[in-house]
Amino acid sequence: MLDFPLWKKLSLWAVTLAASVLALPSLASVAGLPWPAALPDPQVNLGLDLAGGSHLLLEAKADDVRTQRLDNMEETVRQLMRGASPRIRIGDVSTANGQLSFMLENAADIDRARGLIEPAMQGATTVREWELQVVDGQRVVLSQTDAGVNQAIDDAMDSATEVVRRRIDELGTREPTIIRQGETRIVVQVPGLQDPAGLKKLVGQTAQLEFKLVDLNALPSNVAAGIAPAGSQIFPFAPGSGQDGQAIAVRRLGGIRGENLTGAQAGVDPQTNRNVVNITFDGQGGAKFAKLTTENVGKPFAIILDNQVISAPNINEPIQGGRAQIAGNFTPESANTLAISLRSGALPVPLQVVEERTVGPDLGADSIRKGLLAMGIGSLAVIVLMITTYGRFGIYATVALVFNVLMLLGLMALGGFTLTLPGIAGFVITIGAAVDANVLINERIREERARGRRVVAAVETGYKEASRAIWDANLTNVISGVALFAFGSGPVKGFAVVLVIGIITSVFTGVTLTRMFVAGWLRKARPNDITI
Amino acid sequence: MKLLKLVPDNTNIKFLNLRVPFFVLSLVLIFGSWAAVAVNGLNFGVDFAGGQEVRMTFKERPAAPIASLRELVGGLGYGEPVVQEFGAPNQVSIRVALPEGTENTPGAATAIGDKVIATIIKTYPDARRDGNDTVSGKVAGEFRNQAIIALLAAMTAVAAYIWVRFEWQFGAGAMFALVHDVSVTVGLFAVTQMEFSLQIVAAILAIIGYSLNDTIVVYDRIRENLKKYRKMPLPELLDLSVNETLARTVMTSLTLFIALIPLLIFGPESLFGMVAAITVGLFIGTYSSIYMAGALLIWMGVTSNSFVPTESALDRQDKLARGEG
Repeated sequence: MLDFPLWKKLSLWAVTLAASVLALPSLASVAGLPWPAALPDPQVNLGLDLAGGSHLLLEAKADDVRTQRLDNMEETVRQLMRGASPRIRIGDVSTANGQLSFMLENAADIDRARGLIEPAMQGATTVREWELQVVDGQRVVLSQTDAGVNQAIDDAMDSATEVVRRRIDELGTREPTIIRQGETRIVVQVPGLQDPAGLKKLVGQTAQLEFKLVDLNALPSNVAAGIAPAGSQIFPFAPGSGQDGQAIAVRRLGGIRGENLTGAQAGVDPQTNRNVVNITFDGQGGAKFAKLTTENVGKPFAIILDNQVISAPNINEPIQGGRAQIAGNFTPESANTLAISLRSGALPVPLQVVEERTVGPDLGADSIRKGLLAMGIGSLAVIVLMITTYGRFGIYATVALVFNVLMLLGLMALGGFTLTLPGIAGFVITIGAAVDANVLINERIREERARGRRVVAAVETGYKEASRAIWDANLTNVISGVALFAFGSGPVKGFAVVLVIGIITSVFTGVTLTRMFVAGWLRKARPNDITI
Repeated sequence: MKLLKLVPDNTNIKFLNLRVPFFVLSLVLIFGSWAAVAVNGLNFGVDFAGGQEVRMTFKERPAAPIASLRELVGGLGYGEPVVQEFGAPNQVSIRVALPEGTENTPGAATAIGDKVIATIIKTYPDARRDGNDTVSGKVAGEFRNQAIIALLAAMTAVAAYIWVRFEWQFGAGAMFALVHDVSVTVGLFAVTQMEFSLQIVAAILAIIGYSLNDTIVVYDRIRENLKKYRKMPLPELLDLSVNETLARTVMTSLTLFIALIPLLIFGPESLFGMVAAITVGLFIGTYSSIYMAGALLIWMGVTSNSFVPTESALDRQDKLARGEG
């Protein structure tokens, strides 16, 4: 037990010093000291509750994915039937109950219809996305499979995460974190941000831009009552559009979506002096836009953003060249936000903020200062108690404690873990509990001495007999640490990380290191009696 | 040099003589805590209740205009806000509950949060937003479920570990000690109506790990003594074990206490509840280690045979040497 060959001593010191040195860059940065640029610089990350910043949890409205897929399928089916030769006539189209159902005017067309639709039912993957049923030989019912919907939600979330990342990158903040979480959620963490409301607007804006023809046949009384004519739907005007509280009916199909954009810039219209967003279509979008405007000169079309009508101007002339201008009730900021959102692409599914945590940078700095002060006083109290109680053995425990704190910090820096506010409490608990092992060992040595064992035998028995309880006690701590880690969101996870790494380092320093110290002293001094 | 001895040598307190009154006291504490939770309820923070909490500093005022804030935020129509001083006299925390019927509109909570902050800054331009937590009803519900699952899982796992390492009686004793420590800590939050948040659950999970440390030391010694003194009557043996380990129990709890107390006094305000929970839980855990851990074993009928059900190779050699085999 007390035999430490040179190689063992050297490797223990190597591990201890290597892990402790890793803590130095973090300590230097807390103390405000410069760290030589030539040296590696592993740092303990500070959580948002210490560094300041915003944490957002975004949740997608999964139902919208379902509805949108159904709409897309309807449009596809209509196009396919119209494009068939001879044309297949259909009627009584409905998208209720998550199913697309329609009637063939001529039952004899069923096989041709089936032949056209079936290839369109298959997506990019092998997942079976739609089921096709024929009812009474004439009605076709297309229903979405769960696997298909899940696949679509999954794809939508992947691209939504990408879109959110692009938008936040445009803010130019340092090291934002954007991670998909679970099936329908995205976690966004932006350190040091000053404007959480702006951030929420940016990531919360779906930016689904649509251009749709206004349904001129709709009766104003019906529109006001919210009753849409067949083939049309009703959208409200956006607040501040000059027609607040009013609504307008637009043709459901045949419009253009904003996904064919190559650029969007905020600007000011030189004639009206209003804030506008200038958009540029790609080749395909430009062609579609030109076709729509050419075929409908003199008629109004609605510019719809996230299901609200921004404006409904008349098409004065065909718009060629793929450029257009959105004029609404914009401030310079909101025009810029919209431009960023449009540039980075629309969110394939609307996102809502379901949790927000924002901490100002001053508060975080204050927490660190107070935490460090408390940690210093606490450590000092523990050290005084240990030395007055165990003398020389208390000094060994103190040295072990100092290395424990350094190694804990060093390993956190090495592993890229995050120190959070509860993590500070974790540090203090670790300091208070790390000497537990030494207490158990030293009390046992006392006891064995009192029973009359010789010094070396008492120390050996002390380490041997105490290690069983030390092991059991620390393992229960690890169990609760794992439960903590599994339970917690960010700050609580930070607490768990400190506790679990602290348990590992404290067993190493409290048991192994002190045993090396004690063994070295016993070998050199060969005392007949010890004060403990 | 004379070293400090908190527990004198040869201390021999007859803890087990008092096992019935202390057991009754523990039962009273447990049921009292449950009653307090049932009657008072817990003062759930936004983590568990949903809604939003804003913390602000009024930079140019010696004290925050608490009464006026109450009126201002109350006038927004989201119900009566909870406005309290937080940290310094010019710092406040303002809590607004989630209005009824917004469980299914996840965006409602953040919208209210933005409105509250904007309203206050408009009236008091020197107000600085220090932080805000906004939690929708759905997420709060998930936190509640997760907290309950995590607490139960941690308690069961720790008790199961003790069962595997010792005997079933020790596992059951550990489970009782855990229920005791967790109940009393939660009860304290029901009585004081301190805010019950995610951090407090984290503290309780930490207590589940640490409050048993002392219990384990006592159990380990009981096991050792059961093997060593096979003829000793159980109450006497348990008293001996508790007394032999008393210095350890007191010292390990004490080192953690003196490390935590400065954090309670000088640490960040936002950690106060969490550190208070850990400190109290630890105190309760020490008490249950000394008074309950042993007593329960008597009632569950632990004997020295619990650890030597079959004779070991060493025992057989012993017997042979004594000519009994």
